[in-house]
Amino acid sequence: MSIFLKYILSIIIFFPLLSAIILVFVNKKAEGLLRNLATVLSLAEFVISLFLFIYFKSNTYEFQFIERFSWIREFGASYFLGIDGVSLFMILLTTLMTFVSLLSSYKYIKDHVKEFVILMLVLETFMLGTFASLDVLLFYLFWEFMLIPMYFIIGMWGSGRRVYSAVKFVLYTLAGSLIMLFGLITIFILHYNQTGDLTFNLLKLYNTNIPFMLQIVLFIAIFLGFAVKVPVFPFHTWLPDAHTEAPTAGSVILAGVLLKFGVYGFFRFAIPLMPEAALVLTPIILVLAVISIIYGALVSIVQKDLKRLVAFSSVSHMGFIMLGLFAMTAVSVDGSVLQMLNHGISTGALFLFVGMLYERRHTRLIADFGGLAKKAPIFAALFMISVLSSVGLPGLNGFVGEFLILVGSFKQYTLFTIFATSGIIFAAVYLLWMFQRVMFQDITNQKNEDFKDMTFREIMTVLPLIFLMFFIGLYPDVFLSRINPTVVHFVNIIEHNKYAYNLIKAKMGLFNA
Amino acid sequence: MNSKDLIVWLIPFFPLLGAILWGVFGKYFKNYSGYLGSIFIVISFILSTVIFFTVAYGHGFTSTLYPWIDASYFKVNISTTVDRLSVIMLVMVTGISSLVHIYSIGYMKDDKGFARYFSYLNLFVFSMIMLIMANNFLLLYVFWEAVGFCSYILIGFWYEKKSASNAGKKAFIVNRIGDFGFALGVMLIFVNMGTLSYSSVFSGIHLLPPYLITTIALLLFAGAIGKSAQFPLHVWLPDAMEGPTPVSALIHAATMVTAGVYLIARCHIIFSYSPDASNVVLIIGGTTAFIAAFIAMTQFDIKRIIAYSTISQLGYMFMAVGIGSYAAGIFHLVSHAIFKGLLFLTAGSVMHGMSGELDLRKMGGLYSKMKKTAITFIVGGLALSGIPPFSGFFSKDAILASLFNKGDYFFWIIGELVAFMTAFYIFRLIFNVFFGESHVDKNLHVHESPDVMTIPLIILACFAAVFGFIGLPPFDHSIFYNFINKDFANSFNFSPAVNNYPWYLLSTVSVIAGISGIYTAYVFYIKKSFNLEMLKKRFKTIYALSFNKLYIDEIYDFAIVKPMKNFSVFLWRVVDSFVIDGAVNGIAQWISVTSSKVRKVQNGMLMSYVFTLTVGVIALLAYYFVR
Repeated sequence: MSIFLKYILSIIIFFPLLSAIILVFVNKKAEGLLRNLATVLSLAEFVISLFLFIYFKSNTYEFQFIERFSWIREFGASYFLGIDGVSLFMILLTTLMTFVSLLSSYKYIKDHVKEFVILMLVLETFMLGTFASLDVLLFYLFWEFMLIPMYFIIGMWGSGRRVYSAVKFVLYTLAGSLIMLFGLITIFILHYNQTGDLTFNLLKLYNTNIPFMLQIVLFIAIFLGFAVKVPVFPFHTWLPDAHTEAPTAGSVILAGVLLKFGVYGFFRFAIPLMPEAALVLTPIILVLAVISIIYGALVSIVQKDLKRLVAFSSVSHMGFIMLGLFAMTAVSVDGSVLQMLNHGISTGALFLFVGMLYERRHTRLIADFGGLAKKAPIFAALFMISVLSSVGLPGLNGFVGEFLILVGSFKQYTLFTIFATSGIIFAAVYLLWMFQRVMFQDITNQKNEDFKDMTFREIMTVLPLIFLMFFIGLYPDVFLSRINPTVVHFVNIIEHNKYAYNLIKAKMGLFNA
Repeated sequence: MNSKDLIVWLIPFFPLLGAILWGVFGKYFKNYSGYLGSIFIVISFILSTVIFFTVAYGHGFTSTLYPWIDASYFKVNISTTVDRLSVIMLVMVTGISSLVHIYSIGYMKDDKGFARYFSYLNLFVFSMIMLIMANNFLLLYVFWEAVGFCSYILIGFWYEKKSASNAGKKAFIVNRIGDFGFALGVMLIFVNMGTLSYSSVFSGIHLLPPYLITTIALLLFAGAIGKSAQFPLHVWLPDAMEGPTPVSALIHAATMVTAGVYLIARCHIIFSYSPDASNVVLIIGGTTAFIAAFIAMTQFDIKRIIAYSTISQLGYMFMAVGIGSYAAGIFHLVSHAIFKGLLFLTAGSVMHGMSGELDLRKMGGLYSKMKKTAITFIVGGLALSGIPPFSGFFSKDAILASLFNKGDYFFWIIGELVAFMTAFYIFRLIFNVFFGESHVDKNLHVHESPDVMTIPLIILACFAAVFGFIGLPPFDHSIFYNFINKDFANSFNFSPAVNNYPWYLLSTVSVIAGISGIYTAYVFYIKKSFNLEMLKKRFKTIYALSFNKLYIDEIYDFAIVKPMKNFSVFLWRVVDSFVIDGAVNGIAQWISVTSSKVRKVQNGMLMSYVFTLTVGVIALLAYYFVR
């Protein structure tokens, strides 16, 4: 057991890769075996990752399950892993969503099954590696590698303008991450010049003393990389395209996990590395966050395509998360981290339902549906719970996160918070109107007459997510107690830097007019 | 957990259990979901009565289940408080719920969503109980939204009907507009006081600057405006009549819509420190009472008439709590719950006997065909009109007397005027439905409802007849006042209904207002002394305003809904697709054109670059790694 726990992060990261390698040796015609094996292995992966949860010490902000080996001595790069309260839940979210999306793809993915399941598992390894890396170079490698399987998943199994969307996705993200690489390397060199210590160790780089103006430049550079990923208005237009054309599994992973990397990047890199710049630029970022909330919601209202509607709602929800993170109070950041989890669960579930609608009717246009509740009561009930979780109905998960974000941001950013709170009205408008047109009213389209209710496999796909919606909504303490120490530490670092920031402000005469 | 705590938690437990059982296993329970569901609620009612006496002969207490949210300095528990205010509400809610459940067994018989209906109804009772018992603002907000959600699914219960699913959605969204204010109010309380628990907030609120107290009070009131359907957010309630009629009786007359009044009574300390906010409550209440009664006078749909009546009566309650006469407000809340619940259930019985007909022009002379329904309806009508000795007389009079004694003569006059209009519109309904010549479709077999429906009616009618005596005037010496006033005595601008004037003079005025309203309706619809068509033409504008509900829905559509939709389309089509995406694609094109000029050696495929790059990096790393 002790050896297992000592290397548990590596095991978790590379188990999916190992699974993929095993699958390489399965005959590509044995599609059923491939699917089942991949699903079972991803379930096993999820179970293994639960050990992290069990053995995680919730009373400390220190990184846990640390593994460290020298890797490229010339650059000071090392194989350095470790997790805190935030990455813990990101890893659990990743392993769960991968399992769920594999389980959801039994019918949707018909061609090249072998390639698909292998790519999904490889993608999982890269995602997990990104969340667990504490070495900047290692992080960047995992980060870039994620693009490749995702590109193929959209490009090969997507629909419509899938190649356009895939290329748009890659270009957008690649542009962002190249700028980010430039920023990270600058800090690396700066740190070397200051200390003579050549290292990519993130925890050491935190101590780099970066001149204020350079911080601003670097922060903006890195901001672009992460903002695209989140996505924040106006860097969001790749998202609706990518979602619309991606297969269900792709959308679930995209919404459930990939979008979190942007926020995670801010949390782990941008803000702690350049706290003063973050503080100076906070107002601008908050404006973008609030615009995202309202803009995403308004545009959602008038969408005709279900997937686009959910995609734009993601823009709105991610705006809340950005607001909470940059308000930088312990409560708001707690809310943000919890909301990252919630958004993955709720939006992931919504994409699953849209996928089921598409599998049955081969359309995603809202106008083609109507009256389905009568034909498919289980579908209607579970779909409604997911919708309500996204609306932020109290008792379900979304409410806890959203409320913490808002109440945490209220004091310092009252006006922003008021605008953001109006988002709860719009969320009800676009989601309930959509649900009404799809599920309620009479059947107007003959093709909906023989709409089938959910199968056992489909119920099993969404059930873990539905369970979590209630669990987080009713007993969020399980999550918050593990997140909170990390968040408090994060906020303390910022508070500490406020002093320096105020000095700079005074010195430069910024905002003194 | 001692026995008192256990009983308190069992009250919401049974309805919740029912909601889950019928919701998940409905198809196995079938009709038993109705019987068992009713029994569960009756158990809650009995337990509530036990708690009522525990509190009445002892004192209120708090009970905590578990810590809910614990994020740094934001801590909230799942816990309850029962005091005199909440036990009155509890007994009222569970009592009327029991009757409505039993009635529903008959009303919803043969509906294919029978189990689903009882699941929703039990869920509602659970949420309402928790709303009443919550002991902090966040939990209050949680169940405030939860009852709104139950209302949403019950209004849209027959979701195949477009009008029903529209009405449910409208109710939810309009309520959310109010809740937007409510949520901000809760946040404002927290950031200024660092806590959300009632006791700490109420004991410390006076330390805040007055403008902040007023802001908090007004934001909370915004929530009350939405939930209790006050002007300008009243538009959802008439549409909510699309739901099954027992639902209208329970949720949209007796319980949920009174949550706003309960909220202000609960927060009376906050409001008593803010005379400005209290005045706003008074003004909104008075305006709503008048507008709604004005609209109710010309409608033809019997459920909608009663719905507007509910809005109007809630306006009375807000006037009462607006001048600090909380006891009178709560008294009217309970008495109204009884007689308005009765009116809706009888209206449902009429519908049941008339195969769903709602238009009073197609009724008439039903008295002889459904005597039990007619008599109980008339009892409810008399109570609503404020005719002694029915309960409405005492409770409405308590409010009017408070207004007069406080010196708010303007609103006292409004109140008397509304009392006249109220008596007119409800007897216009009664005369048109039960008396006069029959306009009923000849093919329609009109019948009295089964006992399972009429017995609850008779029970409610008895209560409507005698309940008022616990508030015998002068109100400030009555049993009810002495019971509840212990909760309100600590708010300092408390205005009892004490008299400098003999109470019987004021009461006489109210009775005259009521009787003349009934008489006017009698002259119009039974004696037919006037040509109504002539009158309509004479007062064309006024009639049109009333008949078209002051065009408020149309104004909202024109001023808010359409512009918002157009703006959203603009954002999507122009900003998103054209401006931002155009810029992105433009840059991409510009780069690819430039790069093709710079580099001759390229195959146009971006991905091959990415691949070369990654393969190169991997090879490099592998080299270092293996070495």
